[in-house]
Amino acid sequence: MTTTPSTLPDGGPRTHYLNAAYGLKSWLLTRDHKRIALLYLVSVSVFFALGGFMAVLIRMELATPEGDFFQPDIYNRLFTMHGVLMIFFFLIPGIPAVLGNFLIPLMIGAKDLAFPRINLFSWYLYSIGGALTLWALLHGGVDTGWTFYTPLSTNYVSTSVLTVGVGIFIAGFSSILTGLNFVVTIHRMRAPGMTWFRLPLFVWGHYATSIIQILGTPVVAITILLIAAERVFHVGVFDPKIGGDPVLFQHLFWFYSHPAVYIMILPAMGVISELVATFSRKPIFGYKFVAFASIGIAVLGFLVWGHHMFVAGQSIYAGVIFSVLSMLVAVPSAIKVFNWTATLYKGSISWDTPMLYALGFIGLFTIGGLTGVMLATLGIDAHVHDTYFIIAHFHYIMVGGAIMGYLGGLHYWWPKITGRMYPVFWSKLSALVVFVGFNVTFFPQFILGYLGMPRRYHSYPPEFQVLNVMSSAGATVLGLGYLMPLIYFTWSMRYGPKAPANPWGATGLEWQTTSPPPVLNFETPPVVTTAPYTYPVAANAPEVRSV
Amino acid sequence: MIPSSPVLPDQASDVARSVDHLMLFALSGLVVFSTLIAVLVLVFMVKYRRTSANQVGIDIYETNPKSHILELVWSVIPLGLLLVLFGWGTKVFFEQNRPPAGAAQYWVTGRQWMWKIQHPDGRREINELHVPVGRAVQLKMISEDVIHDFFVPAFRIHVDVLPSRYTTYWFKANRTGTFHLFCGQYCGVEHSKMVGSIIVMEPRAYEAWLAGEKTGPSATGVASGEELFVSKSCNTCHRPDSSARAPVLNGLWGTQVSLNDGTKAVANDDYIRESILNPGAKVVQGYQPVMPTFRGQISEEELIQLVNHIKSLKGAPAEAGK
Repeated sequence: MTTTPSTLPDGGPRTHYLNAAYGLKSWLLTRDHKRIALLYLVSVSVFFALGGFMAVLIRMELATPEGDFFQPDIYNRLFTMHGVLMIFFFLIPGIPAVLGNFLIPLMIGAKDLAFPRINLFSWYLYSIGGALTLWALLHGGVDTGWTFYTPLSTNYVSTSVLTVGVGIFIAGFSSILTGLNFVVTIHRMRAPGMTWFRLPLFVWGHYATSIIQILGTPVVAITILLIAAERVFHVGVFDPKIGGDPVLFQHLFWFYSHPAVYIMILPAMGVISELVATFSRKPIFGYKFVAFASIGIAVLGFLVWGHHMFVAGQSIYAGVIFSVLSMLVAVPSAIKVFNWTATLYKGSISWDTPMLYALGFIGLFTIGGLTGVMLATLGIDAHVHDTYFIIAHFHYIMVGGAIMGYLGGLHYWWPKITGRMYPVFWSKLSALVVFVGFNVTFFPQFILGYLGMPRRYHSYPPEFQVLNVMSSAGATVLGLGYLMPLIYFTWSMRYGPKAPANPWGATGLEWQTTSPPPVLNFETPPVVTTAPYTYPVAANAPEVRSV
Repeated sequence: MIPSSPVLPDQASDVARSVDHLMLFALSGLVVFSTLIAVLVLVFMVKYRRTSANQVGIDIYETNPKSHILELVWSVIPLGLLLVLFGWGTKVFFEQNRPPAGAAQYWVTGRQWMWKIQHPDGRREINELHVPVGRAVQLKMISEDVIHDFFVPAFRIHVDVLPSRYTTYWFKANRTGTFHLFCGQYCGVEHSKMVGSIIVMEPRAYEAWLAGEKTGPSATGVASGEELFVSKSCNTCHRPDSSARAPVLNGLWGTQVSLNDGTKAVANDDYIRESILNPGAKVVQGYQPVMPTFRGQISEEELIQLVNHIKSLKGAPAEAGK
């Protein structure tokens, strides 16, 4: 990346993490958490673009009831790879590896993460896993669905299941190591005075996420090994023809993959807490409730995997237990939404771009969460299970929630990351276009699902066409909404106006250092004396934020 | 058949109506809460928008002792509503999953990518199920390969069809018509072609259909259970006399069987199927595990015939009942 050096107020050039060294080697061998975050930013953007492109092709096929655009085997590969790339290579690493990596040391007043080399190694693991998965994509792809249900995935398809499995396996270690790095950093490297209850809620969100990454990811790794054992050595684990139990796979898979949903949403919730506080210029209402809600979600999240299996042949009494536990998870999520809303009360609210994304998040996450409650209700799930209702629900959480949070966070910290501002008009327009496009795409899918359109159908009965056309049209708008930030962020890296240290008048330690930060983050080691979000900001009073 | 409503699928059973009522309740909760949040957010956004560059918000949490009460209120009220929804949902789920006594038993075999269905009288059809209106129908389902799922939106219930054991689906259609049958679990290349119809008929029309010449694919060459019992040589050991090397099967159905390892098992569909495929898994007390496995030598449809045959064997259970 070429960035012209910033200048000190007296006009002299200032050394920061971006201009401290140049050349490919200075990036690929860096141990600076900020540079590693940018490596991740580039990688996850590539996977997001690929996954998004597949979504476009899927929506093209579904514009007509007949399977006329692709053959079914190609269509099945498309939705499988869309899911695999988006979940394992974009959503799970997304916010933690990009924003978390960049910000956690800055927010707690540390020079770097606890294990800088492991941090770089994590990026390499992620990249190797991703490269293997892309290689598999070009060599036959995989058509099991991202859920890899057995015995279909072990004994009935001949596509690159193993290669993709190994890709996910390797990338999983990247996730485990990142979580470990965060936990140790948060425990051991806080600046003097940065007590646990002075941590920004973004850090609490990532702490909860890290717990899930460390405890959950090994289970999916073991599951992949068992799949390999069955596919390669015909050890009967999951296929009943050789003595296995196919439902066992679902237990193992969802024991990780349900908490994985919280890996995607908890960091986004952390971002939203920062945005709501900053753009209301007041502390988050009920800081401790919001902080502990993150931990509560992480812990309860491990006890609800069976709600993916209400109709999978598990005992109906098991279904009852998993249903009531799933209801309990909704409580901490509701607490967060109410607390964010209450924070706005008597705030000093600005309508800057990141705040628009945050409000979009609150709206979409509320719908996503409440439809999740419907799915936790046994009698409703038994009908809408594996229909477009569930597709709509989890896109409201993952796209409406996690991606809105990710984009809101990028817009918020972009000045800190790059030292540049981006165009106000275009960025506000992008927030609006994404919000509208998203709803037009996914709201019709709730209705489609209740009408009974099953997911993963390449062709469908003609009465479902109208809603599918609406959804495809919305996807076009949504795609445009995502292209806009890509364009103006790229533009801003070279041409954007220089950003001040604290363009939003925010309180966090990351805003007390320069933009972009120096290599070791702070010119003088910070000392923390107040709770987070204590306004007014004393020394570094609100600066000009116009562009 | 085009549904009569653009947002509600056909409602063809009492259970479907229960599900719709439950959904309506959940939906009204969704509308109330999301409207509440949306209105509050928009009102605050406008009312408290920043009017000068240095303006800051007012922290009401620390100064107001009632803040903690507020936190409790918006934790406890949602929790209460969630538990109501849970209870109601569970009640409906039991309705969906518990067939009434005396339901007519049909058999369903799923395979990539078709549904094979057998009526109580042995008649068979593919991808279509004709049933009389107003009669409770129970489906015992099994898959020959991967996991499938029996899904009829008009009845508002999905049940996975597993390759390892029988699962049960039931419905009682309350109106005539033709309704979609979908495979609801992704099962490979032609998953979206694993579809069919449930044709609900007036009882008289159903009788006429059963009696009619229109046999369809009924003659699929599956031998009857009685024939299989002989051709697979089951009868050489499982004889209804005391000198047999294997347990007597007459009257076995539904009884509790004592096993070699001291545990007990109920002689139901799954027990019999397992005993044929994996005879060593549950050996009846007092017998040697000498029976060979029939895994790979017998199809799921043949297994259904055998299970049905053994179920029909009447007579006093000589030893099994002890």
